[in-house]
Amino acid sequence: MWLMWLGVIALLVFSWGPTEMSKASLLITDWRNMAEFGSAFLQPDFRDWRIYAEQMLETVQIALWGTAIAVVIGIPFAIFSSANICPVWVVQPVRRLMDASRAINEIVFALLFVVAVGLGPLAGVLALAVHNIGIISKLFSEAVEAIDPRPVEGIRSTGATRMQEVLFGVIPQVAPLWSSYALYRFETNVRSATVLGIVGAGGIGQSLYETIRSFQYGPTASIVIIIVMTVMIIDIVSARLRKGLV
Amino acid sequence: MSEIAISVSGVWKSFTPGRPVLKDVNFQVQRGEMVALIGASGSGKSTLIRALGGLERIDGVGDKPAGSIEVFGALMQREGRISSAAKALRSRIGIVFQQFNLVPRLSTLRNVCLGLLGAAPRWRGSLGIFTLDERKMAMHALSRVGIAEHALKRGNQLSGGQQQRAAIARTLLQRSDILIADEPIASLDPASARRVMDILSEINRSDGVTVVVSLHQVEYALGYCPRTIALRGGEIVYDGPSSALTPDFLADLYGEESETLFLPALTAAADVARKAAPANRTAPALDAMAGAAA
Repeated sequence: MWLMWLGVIALLVFSWGPTEMSKASLLITDWRNMAEFGSAFLQPDFRDWRIYAEQMLETVQIALWGTAIAVVIGIPFAIFSSANICPVWVVQPVRRLMDASRAINEIVFALLFVVAVGLGPLAGVLALAVHNIGIISKLFSEAVEAIDPRPVEGIRSTGATRMQEVLFGVIPQVAPLWSSYALYRFETNVRSATVLGIVGAGGIGQSLYETIRSFQYGPTASIVIIIVMTVMIIDIVSARLRKGLV
Repeated sequence: MSEIAISVSGVWKSFTPGRPVLKDVNFQVQRGEMVALIGASGSGKSTLIRALGGLERIDGVGDKPAGSIEVFGALMQREGRISSAAKALRSRIGIVFQQFNLVPRLSTLRNVCLGLLGAAPRWRGSLGIFTLDERKMAMHALSRVGIAEHALKRGNQLSGGQQQRAAIARTLLQRSDILIADEPIASLDPASARRVMDILSEINRSDGVTVVVSLHQVEYALGYCPRTIALRGGEIVYDGPSSALTPDFLADLYGEESETLFLPALTAAADVARKAAPANRTAPALDAMAGAAA
């Protein structure tokens, strides 16, 4: 036990220098910066709220399409990476591919898609979709691997095809959990989509970034408030829906 | 005319090497027979049934060959390989499991319609589109097993006995030539158990469907099946007329284990049941029983 704690402490010490943790005191010695920041945040500037609301809507729409594409493409990948449905020589390669798509952050994908399809929300949609295919396929295949195999054998015993076993034996069993996971990913994607604009992939992130870089803390505050409100509302509604599903 | 429905020859199966659960099992079932498969838990009944349905691979022990299973003269599996004809054969074999046959979130009617998957065109089956005629057939099958009024309930809203009957209705829609039931009554109360066994024997007699049913309790074998195959430790220890299965004979076969094969209070009743020549029960008698059960 103490060996584990010693290891954790050793790692923290090792990471102290590279992360410039010694400068943490700046937060207190340069308190005037923070004060300026804070006072501006207390006076949010809602003059351009119509523009921000529009961009927030675009952000949610990016998340919606990104999630939808990820679910549609993720479902077959989920089936292919379920050990109780497919043989190991299918499962392993598909899982590694999904690991790769999960491992790369959506911002990185956004940068790539901005090059491919140009600045704008489409790059954001594609970035979210590709990153989420990996996540959806993992979440969905975990649900598939936890099913009761007996109804599936019941279907098999009627002389059904493999495809039909999945359609009628597996999907009805996992449908509630899948819907719940999809909603949860949508919530998360709305949050992720708010920063995609920083790299020019659409949504409210662009305005957020610009106002911060030009020291307009009033408008920044209003944008942050709009983001927080939207994310809260979506989380609450989606949590309600998910409770009804499972 | 007799045709061989099931032919099992030299079948071995082991889940862990060196500990076979089926040891050189050989038997044949003629078309139209109703055969009971008895044995204590762990005697290999379920494994044998799953092997018959091509759901479990048989395998050899050491250098012994695994044997083969044929259905209506066509190979289901041999030497650890499920034959490529298995899918087509499975549609001729309806299997009723001990429980959890149905897909829980689909309606009973839809569950029964799924029996058509093997026969319907592949695209239509995959989309789950069933014609009005097919749904009518499913309703008739449900009314035949006496649960038509529950057709629109979800599979998991039915009682154990009703689920069992819905699974039988599915095999009716499948128009299977063989109906294999794995302990269909093990988790049912006596009234439901009788009901399920009555339906199985009715299907056997009026449709000429070959029925193989594994049972935990000998009473039902005596009451419903002219022939019994008894398994112990993965080996067939008896294959012949059920009427020979007196408690003393079973004690010989199973020793101490034989006690678990009888419902203690019913041992005497079993003698009565055997004398009643149950295989020839008349239709009115059946109706009366059905009326009493309803």
